[in-house]
Amino acid sequence: MIRFENVSKIYNSHSAALRNVSFEVKPQEFVSVVGRSGAGKSTLLKLLIAEEKPTGGRIFFNKNNILEMKPKELPFLRRQIGAVFQDFKLLPNKTAYENIAFAMEVVGKSEEEIKTDVPKVLDLVGLKDKSGNFPRELSGGEKQRVALARALVHRPSVIVADEPTGNLDPINTWDIIRLLIKINELGTTVVLATHDKEIINALERRVVSLEKGAVIRDENPGRYILS
Amino acid sequence: MFTALKRIIKSGAVNFWRNGWLSTATVLIMTISLLTWTGLFLSNVVLTSVLSVLSEKVDISVYFSLNAKEADILAMKSRIEGLEEVSIVEYVSSANALEIFKKRHEGDEVLLKSVNELDGNPLEASLNILAKDSSQYAAVASFVGENEFKNIVSKINYTENKIVIERLSNIIKVMRESGIIISLVLGFLAFLVAFNTVRLAIYSSREEITIMKLVGASNWFVRGPFIVEGVLHGIAASAFAFMAVIPGIGFLGPKLFNFLPEINLVQYFYGNFFGILFFQTLAGIALGIFSSFMAARKYLKV
Repeated sequence: MIRFENVSKIYNSHSAALRNVSFEVKPQEFVSVVGRSGAGKSTLLKLLIAEEKPTGGRIFFNKNNILEMKPKELPFLRRQIGAVFQDFKLLPNKTAYENIAFAMEVVGKSEEEIKTDVPKVLDLVGLKDKSGNFPRELSGGEKQRVALARALVHRPSVIVADEPTGNLDPINTWDIIRLLIKINELGTTVVLATHDKEIINALERRVVSLEKGAVIRDENPGRYILS
Repeated sequence: MFTALKRIIKSGAVNFWRNGWLSTATVLIMTISLLTWTGLFLSNVVLTSVLSVLSEKVDISVYFSLNAKEADILAMKSRIEGLEEVSIVEYVSSANALEIFKKRHEGDEVLLKSVNELDGNPLEASLNILAKDSSQYAAVASFVGENEFKNIVSKINYTENKIVIERLSNIIKVMRESGIIISLVLGFLAFLVAFNTVRLAIYSSREEITIMKLVGASNWFVRGPFIVEGVLHGIAASAFAFMAVIPGIGFLGPKLFNFLPEINLVQYFYGNFFGILFFQTLAGIALGIFSSFMAARKYLKV
């Protein structure tokens, strides 16, 4: 489903974010990408949603080479991938409901579908009574749950989550992880980038470990082991 | 397509409302730009009228000797009328000239009595020539002085007033040209101020633009609401500008009229009320759309 082939990302001659990274993610897998800060986890996910371009290698999504896509085709790629970020990236001028509805509007869903699906997803993430609140009126955990709801409301085939629990307390962290597991069990592929040892060891799923931009371990099930 | 358009318009209108202060600031700056444009336009109308009034005051008169035949004078008149540079030629016969003279000096008994005591009419017939442009009098005067009827010409007052006419004609030319240049410069400055305000407003939304793109929105779906906001800014700014222009005209128009009775700004404004309103609003909308379009473009490259 997702394939990285010898992908490199070099920002300048002194710093390479990724070096010859190759791995594949199969449909409905739950893959964690682990590594210290600066190991290249975020860069990897940014390359997948074409927020950045690699300096070398090829990236395939459903057999299509992302690097050969025209700018006009990128929105169609991104609509198939639900992205969750450490800093939530919610639209500040839209309410929780509108933020989630935006993802559906973008893909051209009807008003009826939006009216039925958004409340359901808000219920799923436990924010039914916060639908009219703006992001500034929500706590960190609530914001991340809205972001997750937005990422999954249009039923993408993959959810990529870049340190989704980085800004959350332990209770909220586990709420988000439980939601990701649930989404995965319902058939959505999940790629989770994190440096949280506890989460990785508890998940008992596939782990791809990055160090200084290179894959040093790829095990299924894996554990958080960094040299 | 229709649903997307509806969503874009709704989103633009909602953003306009929710961005309260930012919208207010943008609208006010745009109002100033539109006021500058409308002000420049009206000043140009006034300047053009002043200059054309001034141009009409400049004419030359050709006087004919007392024994010149009227037929020859009229023949010359039609020749002059045939010149490309000439706008109007008016014939004043000796009799007319006397009448005008008497009327002008109605109260002056001594002068009138002395005129009556003369044997005949001492006043010469003349042609008053108004050129299309005051810089063309030299050419007209030399034509009059050199054609086949030149023998009946006794005097051309161009030669006497040459310096004054040339100076005036230069002033008119300089004022016309500098009026255009000043208008263009000020108009462009007003545009830059409004454009940069919109750029700053959109700069504050650059993060949002990136988020929308990462969620999978197409460029038009992101840019659309900003353009709708731009249209709303333009319409609101035009409304505010007009609210300021109306009392402004009411205040300045009569003052100007007292000073220059040929220029009735109030009448001109109300005669072209809808035209001015239409073009001002159009300018506001165009300014809003252009600025938003250009400003958002930079952040869409995600």
